[in-house]
Amino acid sequence: MNVLNFAHAFFSDSAHWHGYDGIPTRLTEHITYSLEALLYAALIGLPIGLVTGHYGRGGNALALLATAGRALPSFGLLVLMFIWIGFGLLPVMIPLVVLAVPPILVTTYEAIRSVDPSPVDAARGMGMPEARVLFQVEVPVALPLILSGLRTAAIQIVSTATIAAYVSLGGLGRYIIDGLYQKNYEKVVGGATLVAALALVTLLVFWALSRITVSPGVRRGG
Amino acid sequence: MIRIDSVTKRYPDGTVAVDRLSLEVPDRAITVLVGPSGCGKTTTLRMINRMVEPTEGGILLDGTDIRQQPVNTLRRSMGYVIQNAGLFQHRTILDNIATVPRLLGTPKKQARARAAELMERVGLDAALARRYPYQLSGGQQQRVGVARALAADPPVLLMDEPFSAVDPVVRKGLQDELLRIQDELGKTIVFVTHDIDEAIKLGTMVAVLRTGGRLAQFAPPAELLSAPADAFVEDFLGADRGIRRLSFFPSAELELETEPIVAADADAETIAARSAAPYLLVTDADGRPLGWSEPDRLTAGAVDTGQLLDHGRPFVPGTDSLRTALDGAVLSPTGRAVAVDGEGRAVGVVSQQVIGDAIRAAHSRAAGAADAAGAADAEAVR
Ligand SMILES: Nc1ncnc2c1ncn2[C@@H]1O[C@H](COP(=O)(O)OP(=O)(O)OP(=O)(O)O)[C@@H](O)[C@H]1O
Ligand SMILES: [Mg+2]
Repeated sequence: MNVLNFAHAFFSDSAHWHGYDGIPTRLTEHITYSLEALLYAALIGLPIGLVTGHYGRGGNALALLATAGRALPSFGLLVLMFIWIGFGLLPVMIPLVVLAVPPILVTTYEAIRSVDPSPVDAARGMGMPEARVLFQVEVPVALPLILSGLRTAAIQIVSTATIAAYVSLGGLGRYIIDGLYQKNYEKVVGGATLVAALALVTLLVFWALSRITVSPGVRRGG
Repeated sequence: MIRIDSVTKRYPDGTVAVDRLSLEVPDRAITVLVGPSGCGKTTTLRMINRMVEPTEGGILLDGTDIRQQPVNTLRRSMGYVIQNAGLFQHRTILDNIATVPRLLGTPKKQARARAAELMERVGLDAALARRYPYQLSGGQQQRVGVARALAADPPVLLMDEPFSAVDPVVRKGLQDELLRIQDELGKTIVFVTHDIDEAIKLGTMVAVLRTGGRLAQFAPPAELLSAPADAFVEDFLGADRGIRRLSFFPSAELELETEPIVAADADAETIAARSAAPYLLVTDADGRPLGWSEPDRLTAGAVDTGQLLDHGRPFVPGTDSLRTALDGAVLSPTGRAVAVDGEGRAVGVVSQQVIGDAIRAAHSRAAGAADAAGAADAEAVR
């Protein structure tokens, strides 16, 4: 049996579409964990990235922090948090947020830094207050890059959120871990396929988001 | 009036960009700051809207220190135009221009109506309103920059090399447009350039700065050309300042000869009557110049226009300067310039000789006026 057959068997079994271990439940859990983690990461990464980018200071400290964040293995962090905190969502959220903050933070900082200085100078010279300079001049132009940072973070979260299953939580990771444990390869392949599909949907959502929010003047008709 | 009072700017790294500079910028006129790269022009300009704070000295606006009012209130009362326009690429042309009115709380609809009005004023096609900056040429972007600076109708306009990034033809168009707008609006403009020709063309007053941020001379352009304060200014003005100075002398008083003008269909008698002149200017039925010819080469009633000598570029007495007249005479193979009226009809011809006399007369008159002014000043001091 090859992978396609496994996947087919998994998705055509109607038992996989109902109940607490059904696809809708697991998918909803997975999306909930991911959105929550992305929200916290954005709440930390965006403001710091925007402010440091605007004032052009703290770049070195940020780069150091980001490298450290990336070097931490998510799984190791999960185990550590689990031992430390015990069961619950928190030991899962911490590694996911730690994973997602660096791309958001660093990209946002770089995005604001790379905005052409002359419109910014013109805006100040016209008497625009600093907050408006940031949100009405810099952010709209930096938006494509900022969104790409968020997108990278979101995709990493979606694929890493499977680790929640290790600490007895739900999500698509359940199929993979239970499948491996039960030697039920249909389940493993089905779970992995769903994670990949969710990552693709995430890409699509971000593409749509940038179509809606980025000005055609910045997109340059492209 | 803007009064720059003994202002010094020393940057944190020790560079003295402006050194004890004092200037009185007249109201409703264009004051140009000119000088070599790095002489402190931009720094001086940016101290007026407090984008740079002076280390010493102060700047007064209508008698009050500019630090008396909130910095953003001050800046909104001064239009600011920079070299590459600095347009907001995510906003349409209309919304770019509406920026300052929106900052001042004008409702969106009203601000846009005002922006549309300004597009017309600076010579931008209304069809460009919904476009984004990247869809405009450099010259058009610069016009948008000027419109944006004028949108809230500020009394003062600060312009930092606004036209230096466009090609010479477009630049000339923008300069003419600025002069026309200034005629209509009468703003107090401080204009920075490193191009002395631009300074002379646009400036009511020109401040020449030297490296190290010191004032070399502050004078009207004609005076700058006739009496440069020192070798630095003279050098900066360039080689042909004598010729350029002629731009400030009117051609209205040139004595025109009308005798050597004949129509293309003139009869033999008319031609014979005028054959004393070495060359005759042949005109078409409407009186527009066609070219020069020696009298004995002209055949009555049937002029071969292909045989005529080029008449060069004509000048309009009263509108054009002595420089244009002299240029026309120098370029003409006959050594004579053709004067035309507003419709391009020949009204007379004038020789290099006569133009030369007019130049000498104008010089001595200018010198006399300068002496009189000097005497009046001396009187006033006493
Ligand atoms: N922020 C700054 N920090 C330190 N030195 C500066 C700064 N800005 C300008 N300078 C220096 O001050 C001097 C004057 O600069 P400024 O920009 O006013 O010259 P400028 O006359 O406008 O020159 P240009 O024609 O090249 O635009 C230069 O030597 C420049 O290097
Ligand atoms: Mg400059």
